[in-house]
Amino acid sequence: MSASPNSRGGAAMRLRGLVRKEFFQILRDPSSIAIAFLMPVVLLLVFGYGVSLDADHIPIAVVAEQPSGDTAAFVASMRHNRYFSLTEVGDMRAAETAMMAGRVNGIIHLRADFGRRLRSTDGAPIQVIVNGVDANTGRIISGYVQGAWGQWLQEVARARGEQLNTPVDLEPRVWFNSELRSRNFLVPGLIAIIMTLIGAMLTALVMAREWERGTMEALMVTPVAIRELLLGKLIPYFVLGMGGMALSVAMALFLFHVPLRGSLWLLTIASALFLLVALAMGLLISIIAKNQFVAGQVALVVTFLPAFILSGFLFDIDSMPAVVQLLTHVIAARYFVAILQTIFMAGNVWPVILSNAFALLVMALLFFAVVRRKARKRLE
Amino acid sequence: MGEGGYAITFARVDKCFSVGPRRVEALRGVDLTVRPGVVTGLIGPDGAGKTTLMRLAAGLLRADAGRVSVLGLDADHDALQVQSAIGYMPQRFGLYEDLSVQENLDLYADLQGVPPAQRAARYAELMHMTGLGPFTRRLAGHLSGGMKQKLGLACTLVRAPRLLLLDEPTVGVDPVSRRELWAIVYRLVQDERMSVLLSTAYLDEAERCAEVILMHEGQVLSHGEPAGFGRYLAGRTFAVEVPPDSSKRALQTRLSERAGVIDAVIQKEHVRLVLAEAIDPATFDVLHGLDYRPVEPRFEDHFIASLRKQQSGGGGNGTEVHASRHGDDGEAVIKVERLQRRFGDFYAVKDVSFDVHRGEVFGLLGANGAGKSTTFRMLCGLLPASGGQLRVAGVDLRRAAAAARQRIGYMSQKFSLYGSLSVTQNLEFFASAYGLSGMRRGERIAWALETFELTGQQQAASADLPLGYKQRLALACALMHEPDILFLDEPTSGVDPLARREFWHRINALAEAGVTVLVTTHFMEEAEYCDRLAIMAAGEILSLGTPTEVKAAARSAQTPDPSMEDAFIALIEQHAAEAAA
Repeated sequence: MSASPNSRGGAAMRLRGLVRKEFFQILRDPSSIAIAFLMPVVLLLVFGYGVSLDADHIPIAVVAEQPSGDTAAFVASMRHNRYFSLTEVGDMRAAETAMMAGRVNGIIHLRADFGRRLRSTDGAPIQVIVNGVDANTGRIISGYVQGAWGQWLQEVARARGEQLNTPVDLEPRVWFNSELRSRNFLVPGLIAIIMTLIGAMLTALVMAREWERGTMEALMVTPVAIRELLLGKLIPYFVLGMGGMALSVAMALFLFHVPLRGSLWLLTIASALFLLVALAMGLLISIIAKNQFVAGQVALVVTFLPAFILSGFLFDIDSMPAVVQLLTHVIAARYFVAILQTIFMAGNVWPVILSNAFALLVMALLFFAVVRRKARKRLE
Repeated sequence: MGEGGYAITFARVDKCFSVGPRRVEALRGVDLTVRPGVVTGLIGPDGAGKTTLMRLAAGLLRADAGRVSVLGLDADHDALQVQSAIGYMPQRFGLYEDLSVQENLDLYADLQGVPPAQRAARYAELMHMTGLGPFTRRLAGHLSGGMKQKLGLACTLVRAPRLLLLDEPTVGVDPVSRRELWAIVYRLVQDERMSVLLSTAYLDEAERCAEVILMHEGQVLSHGEPAGFGRYLAGRTFAVEVPPDSSKRALQTRLSERAGVIDAVIQKEHVRLVLAEAIDPATFDVLHGLDYRPVEPRFEDHFIASLRKQQSGGGGNGTEVHASRHGDDGEAVIKVERLQRRFGDFYAVKDVSFDVHRGEVFGLLGANGAGKSTTFRMLCGLLPASGGQLRVAGVDLRRAAAAARQRIGYMSQKFSLYGSLSVTQNLEFFASAYGLSGMRRGERIAWALETFELTGQQQAASADLPLGYKQRLALACALMHEPDILFLDEPTSGVDPLARREFWHRINALAEAGVTVLVTTHFMEEAEYCDRLAIMAAGEILSLGTPTEVKAAARSAQTPDPSMEDAFIALIEQHAAEAAA
């Protein structure tokens, strides 16, 4: 009366049964839904609004040793831009105290001879002191102050009808992210992190749950083949992962107004490819870790954290030490971050996309080969 | 059928596991055959190798040496084919708790390749057999323990297998469901000519099998028809009446300490005695002045006799536990009044009231999920009560749980030992956890090692100890601070019958010394060892009293001399009838 274990119809029936079961479980257990849909929302909100690598209302103290029309004009021009919020302080001592206390991140010191030096060629009459504890903010401040100073000098010169004699006139042009909004490159990178989480963490956890609750042992004694068991997990979580992806992309476009210059279908294909790698990593973890706690920890340490740190989503890979740079090549998220940032901000740049997609394909095949070899229908 | 007509054949099978650095020999040179078309029982305590044997037969493990053949197929090489022909229900059957009864059935029907056209008829048959018909839409997680077990069996049977492997299907299940499970198994054998291999730790279930394989520590001790096992003990088994000036426990202690006695155990209203040799009981001086009558040997007698032969010596130890603290009897040490515990809208414990007196052994008897452990946790101050009064050692647990805990010793089901610590380190830890120091700490540790016969094992990691030793060590740890109240949560589940007897021997000695003992158990016969007991089901107390009183309430025309199990079943049925009315 029963279909033989090797017949095609039997396999399809078994797979259908497994997939349907998984969907029932996903619908009834809020934790999978939370990981797939709530986590992207929370992460995107936190990173989209909370983390910014741009200067924005950085508190700065201004010390004018001898207030004059010139100093007032410079301070007024600085007040116009949104990068700084200036506080005028009477003397350097007070400014230094404020910096020690962390009330300001930098000091602009206008010396007593500000007006005289401005009109001579003796060099800069201003001194900028930056709190270097946060190196990133420090660099941003010094850069912005320099820019603002240069701009003001030009304006002053133009007002006097003179030509400012600077040897080279640097006129930077920024491509791809012309406003230099860090959100534009953080949000696409973040999507790679979210997909790692959904793909690897979720699969590892739900497989471990089956071991923990003893359901795996019961499944194993049915005529189900190991590839059917693996596919039965892969299909539902692929669908769930693509759902999370769609949600993240929608938030990126409509909430954070990140431009999408490449094509949507390319984005979909690349995401599907990366999701397969992440799912394979999750399955691989579940072969080693048979309880949810260990599976969660392993997934966090071997997939999520490396993706976070080494994918180039936050930290530029080219400025990492050579050894670490080498290491980033085994992080799948690295390739996906490159693809995402390209598709969102630059467009369909085929050489970048193809080479990274190829790397993802190789990793997917490799991981699946290992999973297939290591997964056994045995309890040891 | 398979090889030589047998459903299962094991030929010199060895199986080892490495757990961390150590190797555990789960099976050693096992030879056995399982006949087709009958129920074969696989009986032995935890750690005997029952589950390993089942998993080998199901093709889930690979033997280190020897051959396993199932229905004529090699269980290792043709695992998938074996798995298509057998049904296997693991100890914790993998029901998906967030799937309904129907969805679980559908899943297994898909996995087993049952053609859709045949499903309706098969489902109807299975639902009728298990009585789950009215609950098909209920989530499996919301079923009672017994119902879950029946659903697990139904899922296993969704395609009628030729061989059914059941790993401890009745453990922790209430007696009514247990009886129903057995009825289903018998029907399968009779109507569908199924071969069944069923493992159990309950020795009384041996008599329900056509054949029994008795296992202990990875080896087959004996194999045959259950009735045949005890035959050599004929003329050596007696039921001794308890004289009016003594108690069952005192008589049992007296008898068991005598040389020439293999076993003395409380059974119903008398003490069952098994002698080492067939001698005329009239010449046995300990029986002078006592009323006794010969009884039929049973399976358990044989098991005890063969274990005693294996580990000659040991056993029969008088435990000097505490200086006697006898005194004001009749004082209620534990007072529970209308105790309640809700989890959401579910009552785990509902209106439970009882008193326990000094030096009394009080039992809470019930199946898994009856509310025993929840009651226990509230008594230990580990879980706040939702309602009612709770006084332990004169202290209201709602106000001063810590003060009460100083006087409580607690031993949990899982023994709560630190597996990687040695025996001495565990004792040291618990001594310091209870605030013992200096001389007193040293004294207590020396006392524990000596009293519980752990001296040879001081340096062994507690995870490596045999179950019986673990149980002793756990009891020793719970007694480090000389508590006058002892809580024991399922202390004997899974240990072999010798270790169980020894354990109760110690408990009796403690109670004699004035320690109040509260114990939960799902072994019906252990209820007889208690002074008083409460039978619990679905969070309520169904009956409360001495074992004699509880059984008397269930006496009827059909069962003039009910056992504790009969009483339990009668109470549950009566309760269900009242609920339905």
